[in-house]
Amino acid sequence: MLISKTPELTHANVTPKAVYLGRRKFLRNAGLAAATAFAGRGFWELATPSCRVFAGTKLDVAAKSPFSTTEKQNTYDDVTHYNNYYEFGVDKTEPSKNAQTLKAHPWTVSIEGEVKNPRKVTIDEILKLAPLEERIYRHRCVEAWSIVVPWIGYSFSALARMVEPTPQANYVAFESFFDRQQMPLAKYAGIDFPYVEGLRLDEAMNPLTLLCVGMYGETLPNQDGAPVRMVIPWKYGFKSAKSLVKIRFQKDQPPTTWNRIASNEYGFYANVNPKVDHPRWSQGRERRLGEFLKRDTMMFNGYSDQVASLYNGMDLKKYF
Amino acid sequence: MRKLLISNWAKVAVFLICLLPLAALVWRAIHNGLTANPIEFITHATGDWTLRFLCMTLAITPLRKIFRQPNLIRFRRMLGLFAFFYGCLHFTTYIWFDKFFDLAEMGKDVAKRPYITLGFTAFVLLIPLATTSTAGWIRRLGGRRWQLLHRLIYVSAVAGVIHYYWLVKSAVLRPLIYAVIVAVLLLWRFGDKLWPRSDTVLELPPKRQSQKLNPEP
Repeated sequence: MLISKTPELTHANVTPKAVYLGRRKFLRNAGLAAATAFAGRGFWELATPSCRVFAGTKLDVAAKSPFSTTEKQNTYDDVTHYNNYYEFGVDKTEPSKNAQTLKAHPWTVSIEGEVKNPRKVTIDEILKLAPLEERIYRHRCVEAWSIVVPWIGYSFSALARMVEPTPQANYVAFESFFDRQQMPLAKYAGIDFPYVEGLRLDEAMNPLTLLCVGMYGETLPNQDGAPVRMVIPWKYGFKSAKSLVKIRFQKDQPPTTWNRIASNEYGFYANVNPKVDHPRWSQGRERRLGEFLKRDTMMFNGYSDQVASLYNGMDLKKYF
Repeated sequence: MRKLLISNWAKVAVFLICLLPLAALVWRAIHNGLTANPIEFITHATGDWTLRFLCMTLAITPLRKIFRQPNLIRFRRMLGLFAFFYGCLHFTTYIWFDKFFDLAEMGKDVAKRPYITLGFTAFVLLIPLATTSTAGWIRRLGGRRWQLLHRLIYVSAVAGVIHYYWLVKSAVLRPLIYAVIVAVLLLWRFGDKLWPRSDTVLELPPKRQSQKLNPEP
């Protein structure tokens, strides 16, 4: 008996989600694109959908994490249509429209600096480096709104262990992808790109610190930081750099983007702290998206048990 | 052009057009288009439209003088009152959805946060202007004093723009556009005072007769 072997399915075989969800539109566009023949941009995107293949691919989640909150999750729609991603426009709704130009696959992240094994890893390698967990975290923006998101990833420490930081490594610096062509609106953001962030090594090695590759069971949508980002749930959202291209272990504290813009407003630590106000607004309360009344903000965004010890003896008013 | 400006329908049309931003908000509310953070969206939209109507109000005088269309003045009060209207909506969203009518909290905000202080100032300054916008009040105050009082709109507009500038995190482009527009509109007035044009259309002083009818106490 002849048994034909099923060809192995890879990401490249998956129908792009945007295309799948818009099947009718797809058919209509196909006609339109045929009409505009080789000139139309629509045709170009149909012919080379590689940038869309990646976002929205199902991920195999091995485990639910004990770090997860049982709070009500925000909807996928909220989390994908209310974004701060200044490279794609400064309004919350702009990234969902403009981030489609980001080519999230293929993708390489350079891990370098004070490590024994500096190397470049592809996103496909990152996806397989450690078992993927779902972690439902609270996410608190410095602008006093918050969401609950089922992220997917694993502790950043797994990646760090692979490259083995040297004793000189005190800090980790993160750099986000930047390309003027793919991010034409970036010039209106009032920010020097690429976006850079950083953590103290012990913060980075805390098990809560997530190297995130997906959410809601799928790879990350572009506007949420595809294909790989940081998620540091006890810090304000801007600490969690998106679309990482470089991770550098180093001796000195790295410069960070918002701190460079206004050091009196955005500290290096940026721990969620209801007692230390932003100079221009209160951090005592927050608006959980989807809720009418504001709720009280929790110290370390409710993760004190896991992280408060990192800051023993530190004046958090000074090191905000 | 003149015919169009003096027609009664023009006022009705402008009135309805001025309501469009509000209609757009209602439309979005019904069709789930207020983003994931509707309160923030409404706050920003009403704030934006307050500034836009302030700019339009301030643009009337330069436009009517430059294009010699004295009848444009017919629309100034309406535009000013719409600035106040959207300002009220803006303030209401803040006091209701942000402070939940906690006046003590609001007082703290106004005292402590410069951008709120300025926004609040800009709004409060519009209240006497809206109150005295009627023909009766023009008579009662007398043209000169009325005009002097209504120069407060300059302060309100400047405070409104700085309020916006201090609010944004880094993207100062949009507040700067408002700043340039308000600066041009105010500097034009300054220039107009310094170098008056011979062909300036004279404005009619308020009717003496009516002043006699309403003697001041």
